[in-house]
Amino acid sequence: MKTFLWVLLAGVVVSTPVFAHHGNAAFDAGKRLELAGTVTEWDWANPHCWLKFDVKDQSGKVVNWVVETSNAADMVERGWSKRTFKAGDQVTVTLEPVKSGQPVGRVISVLLPNGKTLGLNYVGQ
Amino acid sequence: MPSDGVHEPPFTPAGKAAYDSHKALYGYRNVPPSLSNDPRNHCDPLGFPRADLYQLRHTQIFQNPKKVVILYQYDKRYRVIWTDGRDFPKELPDDRWYGYSVGKWVDDTTFVVNTVGLLGEPRVWLDETGRPMSDQMKVEERFHRVNSNLMEITVTIEDPKFFTRPWVAMDKFPMKLQSDDYDVIEMLCAPSDMESYSKDFGDPASGIVKK
Repeated sequence: MKTFLWVLLAGVVVSTPVFAHHGNAAFDAGKRLELAGTVTEWDWANPHCWLKFDVKDQSGKVVNWVVETSNAADMVERGWSKRTFKAGDQVTVTLEPVKSGQPVGRVISVLLPNGKTLGLNYVGQ
Repeated sequence: MPSDGVHEPPFTPAGKAAYDSHKALYGYRNVPPSLSNDPRNHCDPLGFPRADLYQLRHTQIFQNPKKVVILYQYDKRYRVIWTDGRDFPKELPDDRWYGYSVGKWVDDTTFVVNTVGLLGEPRVWLDETGRPMSDQMKVEERFHRVNSNLMEITVTIEDPKFFTRPWVAMDKFPMKLQSDDYDVIEMLCAPSDMESYSKDFGDPASGIVKK
């Protein structure tokens, strides 16, 4: 038998979009919003995880925002988990909104109730 | 090969027409999530060689004297590559999502795999940018181990129905060796998750508001 006995390899992660599920067409590229609110749901899934949270505007109206991250396997490597959020958590989300005007976007970072900030950098790389 | 409007594979007219009918989530012509007609939006198998060209993540490779088996993290798929000296059978089995593969070592550090018998348009795409493939697609993969920690994969495709000449779809993609006790996280495309995702995120992000 030849010398090929390797068993497990990983694609070298070059940049974030390589493993995302879709491109940038929907997003208002470069725009940032910082919104404080209350978590209503954290869906740990493919092709993306997504976080729902209620944000109260100045008039008192509550809007439920939906922001996506990468997929579950990818987020583990960025230090996130299924237990990162629970309903009722107070969070501040920095996000890139979509162009459609709907209250959706993608996560840039999240300030958690414990004062820790989770971002999209890979852990240990 | 990047999809930037500059680098384009050598399409035949039929290949260009198939490409133009695809609304991809990636590349310079990408559309928002819910406006795409990518087959994998329904969690259809990626098929081959898209398994190499999209989401090539943690990859486990096992071998015995008769075959090499590759386990892909994305959607927990696998391929079997025959290494028992056989050639392609005179009569190939019915077309398969992942084809019929035969491999051989051309030197101590290079393993070359040829694959035929693949599904084509419209069930599978070649890559995430919507480039097409037909059932005449032939694929050559070169797995070259540069050193003990690094392997490079080069994928060359030939498809006379859709491309005028062979071209390199992936050139020396680097793979690094992981520890053999690494626990690969499962990554499955579940139709029910996809449905929830489209409802909660994909549709509003794409400007589709359902009453």
